[in-house]
Amino acid sequence: MNFWRFLEQNWPELLTLLRQHIWLVFIAILIAVAIGIPTGILLTRKKSLRGPVLGVANVMQTIPSLALFGFLIPIQFIGGIGTRTAIVALVLYSLLPIIRNTVTGILGVDPNVREAAVAMGMTSRQILWQVELPLAMSVIVTGVRVAMVIAIGVATIAAAVGAGGLGVFIFRGIRQFDNNLLLAGAVPAAILALAADFGLGLVERHFVVNRRRAAASTRRKVFAIAATSVIAAALMTSVYLGSIGSGDSGSRNSSVNSERVVVGSKDFTESAILGEIVAQMLEARGVTVVRNFELGGNLPHDAILGGKIDIYPEYTGTAFTAILKHAPVTDPRIVYDQVKKDYADKFNVAVSAPLGFDNTFAILVRGADARRLKLKTISEAAAHARNFRAGFGQDFMSRADGYPGFVKAYGLTFADQPREMDLSLTYIALSTGQVDLIAGNSTEGRIAAMDLVQLEDDRHYFPPYEAVYLVRSDSLARVEALRDVLGKLAGAV
Amino acid sequence: MSESITQPLVEFRDVSFSHAGSSGPVISHLSFSVPQGETLVLLGQSGCGKTTTLKLINRLFEPTGGLVLVEGKSTEEWDPIRLRRRTGYVIQEGGLFPHFSIARNIGLVPSLEGWEPARIKTRVEELLSLVGLEPGEFADRYPGELSGGQRQRVGVARALAAEPPLLLLDEPFGALDPLTRASLQRQFRELTNRLGKTAVFVTHDVREAMLLGTRIGLMDKGQLRLLETPENFLDAQDELARWYVETLETKAAIGRRPPNGGAA
Repeated sequence: MNFWRFLEQNWPELLTLLRQHIWLVFIAILIAVAIGIPTGILLTRKKSLRGPVLGVANVMQTIPSLALFGFLIPIQFIGGIGTRTAIVALVLYSLLPIIRNTVTGILGVDPNVREAAVAMGMTSRQILWQVELPLAMSVIVTGVRVAMVIAIGVATIAAAVGAGGLGVFIFRGIRQFDNNLLLAGAVPAAILALAADFGLGLVERHFVVNRRRAAASTRRKVFAIAATSVIAAALMTSVYLGSIGSGDSGSRNSSVNSERVVVGSKDFTESAILGEIVAQMLEARGVTVVRNFELGGNLPHDAILGGKIDIYPEYTGTAFTAILKHAPVTDPRIVYDQVKKDYADKFNVAVSAPLGFDNTFAILVRGADARRLKLKTISEAAAHARNFRAGFGQDFMSRADGYPGFVKAYGLTFADQPREMDLSLTYIALSTGQVDLIAGNSTEGRIAAMDLVQLEDDRHYFPPYEAVYLVRSDSLARVEALRDVLGKLAGAV
Repeated sequence: MSESITQPLVEFRDVSFSHAGSSGPVISHLSFSVPQGETLVLLGQSGCGKTTTLKLINRLFEPTGGLVLVEGKSTEEWDPIRLRRRTGYVIQEGGLFPHFSIARNIGLVPSLEGWEPARIKTRVEELLSLVGLEPGEFADRYPGELSGGQRQRVGVARALAAEPPLLLLDEPFGALDPLTRASLQRQFRELTNRLGKTAVFVTHDVREAMLLGTRIGLMDKGQLRLLETPENFLDAQDELARWYVETLETKAAIGRRPPNGGAA
């Protein structure tokens, strides 16, 4: 689909997400300024605190944002899911540039000017408000500007904890490998960052006392930062693409080399394990294996078509609905046969025999709730859905066999619009009581560990997700060990 | 009124000062007094303690030994804010606030003292004229737009603004070219004569000291070597004083180099 047509069709949602995004950043920066500037001022007065406080702020910035979110969710009052957690994280990321620039700005005031202020009989409060802050203001505004550009970028990750924002499009885009979605999130985020940078640049120039001197160098620096984060936001996929790209040259050669096989996997544990099983069995048979695991969304599909990987584990239901775009069907046999036929015809890719288990969407509630309300099936839960808050992964929210059909099939109405967030984090959100119902993976180890209960899909809404290996037909012909291994694995897991 | 004539405005009683944590004293056992209406010039090379002496008067530093009295009261008994607002302070390059207009710079202390805006405005115009700057032209400009000499005039005007009985000046004309310096020195002398101000003026320029001082205090290694009127300073037997005097005699200086080689 054309990008502009896509934008046209999704305009209202884009505006909503953009508004959420701006709101998140605005509130976070406001709080960060309210905390950061006084802290910075304090640090100019208490030299002994300067090292430790700046150190902590520095470390804060190095924590990966998803890790920080995972850490914040179980914490009372400041954590949880949704806007609050996102704002807390954004504030933590914004503090460093604001504090540091406040300190630098105030300490950078000409000592002669400060001495003159003291000698004129100004009180320390008057010196701060009338001399130090006005003279440091352009440097402080630069700090706010840097913080804001960073925050606009980081806020795209807020979608992982259900706080909305433009990241929702980006995450969906990555999951579905849909460039339109990706761009619809990334381009507005980039424009927003540039606009904020430009706007605060004007504010900053207003405060520059000696116009000619200061302007050039800080402008260039901030522009470089802005450009960097824009690129970061726009190319969030590059992380995912990069994981293929890194093994690129080697793997392409290996496809030519008869006894080398590139094994891929999706970006979750079970898929990686299935990939590893094949890899080790091949190695035991003297085949050189290149591992290309943790490929996000539908990237493995793209990679196998492009010959960058030879084999990866897939689920029949996913191939059937998400890749082949068939309407969901519940009979495993029909799904398997259709997938096998279509892959052979369209992609020249073979489908192995089912490995013997399936990983379907598991509708999960807390064990305590299930026992209290005596819930066994999704239909039984539907009666209570009005009191339930739901949290779903981006995948589930947007795919054909996911949320829209699910609520229709069971006639569900939840207490609120479900939280759209990172799949892994939904488990934490459920077990800590932030939400009451999630859609996980039926094979997820945490279901038992966290005392969660899977509700039975009594209306057979979810298509079967039998685990199979997809393997390029030419690779299969080339490497005999591959045929041997797949034969051994049929029904064996 | 008669009491204030007999009492020195500034008095040092056996004052010593050393920076916290540093080894040697910057000032040791300094005693002198500055009567009303006098311009005392502290002359000496860099590091001799003359600027420190100045800063002890408005309590930018506090003595580690002895007493500094201003209007008969120890600086440590003064509220530092009150003391400083009664003391005009001029430093090199003026130390003007770059983000304040010239008018706001000059009117700073009056506005801190809560003067009416109209009164401040009148006072600022009066002072600009006094230091030879056209008020209509300069009031709304910023320090960055002025020449060094003009900034220095503004610095003097700012120090005079709240009519302080005492002026402290730390090499105010040091960074100026000789012609501008000479003209400002002449103006400053007329000004202090006319206004009857008491001033302590720090310089390393003996010519300036001779021109402006009613007395010259020659400082060396944190001590006062000599305290004399300019006339007596010319005839002093002190070796350091004689070197200074010799630099005034340009012709003689070319003929025979001063004992320190003239390099200092």
